[in-house]
Amino acid sequence: MIWQVIWFILWAVLWAVYFTLDGFDLGLGSLLPVLAKNENEKRIIYNAMGPFWDGNEVWLITAGGATFAAFPKTYAIMFSCLYTPLLLILFALILRGVAFEFRSKHDSDGWRKIWDYCLVFGSFLPALLFGVAFANIFQGIPFDANGMYHGNTLKLLNPYGLVGGILFVLLFMMHGSLWLWAKSEGDLAQRAKEIADKLWNAVLVFAVIFLIYSYVATKLWDNYFKHPLLFVIPLIAVIALIMVKVYLVKGENWKGWFASSLTILFTTFWSIAGLFPNLFPSSIDPNASLTIYNSSSSELTLKIMTVVAVIFVPLVLFYQFWAYKTFSHTVTEKDLESDEAY
Amino acid sequence: MDVTILSRLQFAVATYFHFLFVPLTLGLVWLLVWMETKYVKTGDEEYKKMAKFWGKIYLINFAIGVVTGITLEFQFGTNWSRYSQYVGDVFGSLLAIEATVAFFLESTFIAVWVFGWDKLSKKMHALAIWLVAIGTNVSAIWILTANAWMQHPVGYVIRNGRAELTDFAAVVFQPYVWLKFTHQITAAMTLAGFFVAGVSAYHLMRGSNVSFFKKSFKMAITYALIASILVVAIGHEHAAEVAKTQPTKLAAMESLWETKTNAPIYLLLWPDADNEKNAVEALPIPGMLSLLAFHSTSAEVKGLKDFPKDERPPVLPTFLSFRLMVGLGFLFILLTLYGFWKRDEIENHPLFLKIILYSVPLTYLAILLGWTLAEVGRQPWIVYGLMKVKDAVSPTISSTQVLVSLIAFTLVYTLLGIADFYLIFKTAKQGPKA
Repeated sequence: MIWQVIWFILWAVLWAVYFTLDGFDLGLGSLLPVLAKNENEKRIIYNAMGPFWDGNEVWLITAGGATFAAFPKTYAIMFSCLYTPLLLILFALILRGVAFEFRSKHDSDGWRKIWDYCLVFGSFLPALLFGVAFANIFQGIPFDANGMYHGNTLKLLNPYGLVGGILFVLLFMMHGSLWLWAKSEGDLAQRAKEIADKLWNAVLVFAVIFLIYSYVATKLWDNYFKHPLLFVIPLIAVIALIMVKVYLVKGENWKGWFASSLTILFTTFWSIAGLFPNLFPSSIDPNASLTIYNSSSSELTLKIMTVVAVIFVPLVLFYQFWAYKTFSHTVTEKDLESDEAY
Repeated sequence: MDVTILSRLQFAVATYFHFLFVPLTLGLVWLLVWMETKYVKTGDEEYKKMAKFWGKIYLINFAIGVVTGITLEFQFGTNWSRYSQYVGDVFGSLLAIEATVAFFLESTFIAVWVFGWDKLSKKMHALAIWLVAIGTNVSAIWILTANAWMQHPVGYVIRNGRAELTDFAAVVFQPYVWLKFTHQITAAMTLAGFFVAGVSAYHLMRGSNVSFFKKSFKMAITYALIASILVVAIGHEHAAEVAKTQPTKLAAMESLWETKTNAPIYLLLWPDADNEKNAVEALPIPGMLSLLAFHSTSAEVKGLKDFPKDERPPVLPTFLSFRLMVGLGFLFILLTLYGFWKRDEIENHPLFLKIILYSVPLTYLAILLGWTLAEVGRQPWIVYGLMKVKDAVSPTISSTQVLVSLIAFTLVYTLLGIADFYLIFKTAKQGPKA
């Protein structure tokens, strides 16, 4: 039993770290046309994400892999039921990843434009669809005890799903503009700050709607009323969001970004803690719901995976933190002259 | 068309495409390590230039390798959910370990390497490419462990309606894993060696950047020579392991229908699977197959007729991909031997330079044939002897869904492939920055 709980927590951590890290580059990518006024500014935005997006995306691969390893039945039924949205996310991520590498390797405006579209579309769509998909998971997905799906992709775009999607997009965009505010200078940084400030208001509105709507549309709050101590989690998320505003006002960019990281981290924890012990609840047959107990791997596999995770996840966090520190400088026009710049 | 066939096609498209780019990164990374380590040791700026130039080509491949890898991981869940449920306990953990121990390492440090030229000390920077190389190879080990388990499942019991892990060491340390890994890695090194030698040959023929490309050529041809000898030697051991563990694959590789002791190898052979015989069968070397497969001429080799018809792999593609791959393997040894012998005055052998350049696609072909042999030869099983492909597909997806996504994959991948090869050609042709 304990191993399933450990893996539930790790599962939450992997998704939360993924959303926090890839969140800013997905958000920043979506905002490219809004933030950049000219080619140089575009390149600064690309290079502000350059050393990071790839390592960030590996958290998604690991979150997916961990679902497969620890809860194979959930992995199988979740991924096959959500076939179309998942593939859309994949296509978007493919085009986006390639855009970084290809854009600057051929000197033509048309060529660069194509990859800019790929970046914007490829960043916005995953942000939206992850939000829609997770919100739908919170409400329950229509599948039966045989793992057969009885919904369709368009039905995922129900009001609660859409609110979830929009909240994700807004959070990521705010997170991304805070990142650019810290990573650039002059007009561009100023513009990023102003946009982050506007987005903050929108995030606040949608966060309030989402939290209340969740009470109506899902069972996410049940665990909280059963164990009131858990209220600490959403409380941290709320305080962190308020701190984002505080740092925006004070003009402290890195602190603002860290506060928004905490907001995303704890918003994810809030929702996943509300899901416990479910991973993939069914909306049509409660007995079909996949929990950490009825969909997990054998104890031996969970133990081996725990050993691997305990050794390597902190190590990964350590060297990724080091890499973030190494490249924490402001990206300037001078950086664009380097051979390696995007 | 039914969901199984479409899903197989989709998986094949995704895998072959992924594998058009991964081998070059797998093999090239050690050449980059060699170049940059030499730079640190000698301080010779030309080695730095080499690491940067070949590194640029590496990166174009790397990006596409990463993003297409995500697709492969997710497809087990989207298209093969019955498989994922049945063997996830063993197979899923191998994929997850790969991501945790290897993929992070290579993805984080490749970025450090690219953007760190002016930010890190020489030694730290060289360490970054070492870590990328280690990450890439460790990643290959885990992926191939997962694949080896599909070829030869061990260390599990069937319990609670699925395969549950009982012996992790058996899964990781079975010979199949190490033969597969070393065969694959040396194949990738051969390919990368030919690639660098081929591009260098192109420039040497034109007399541009002679010193730079001669240095590159010499390193690459030495590398490719060692790798191509190893790939054939290990390939032989690998085939002997297949003989033991996958008798139907071996029989299809040799198009052997009747069980025989003292089994020969025919130099001329053409299968006729419909009539369960060979249409052409000439020039036998008696006992050779028994000898190669089981190290004794008197050993018995099982023929295809000993197995039920619905458990035999498609003979012609298995047979052909094996023969062609082996033929190419020997050709690569001959070419690299000659190149190595003439390496100090290679610019005076224009014909040979041309041959090396045009051989580069052959190394890609050989490596794709190897995968065809491994995967088609395993049919109709998804996990050899344990689960058939037709029982592995997701029950809930429709053929329309798969068809649409298959078309989308083919389209997007084709366009990306064109863009990618265009950039590789362009960068390779341009040569290093002055």
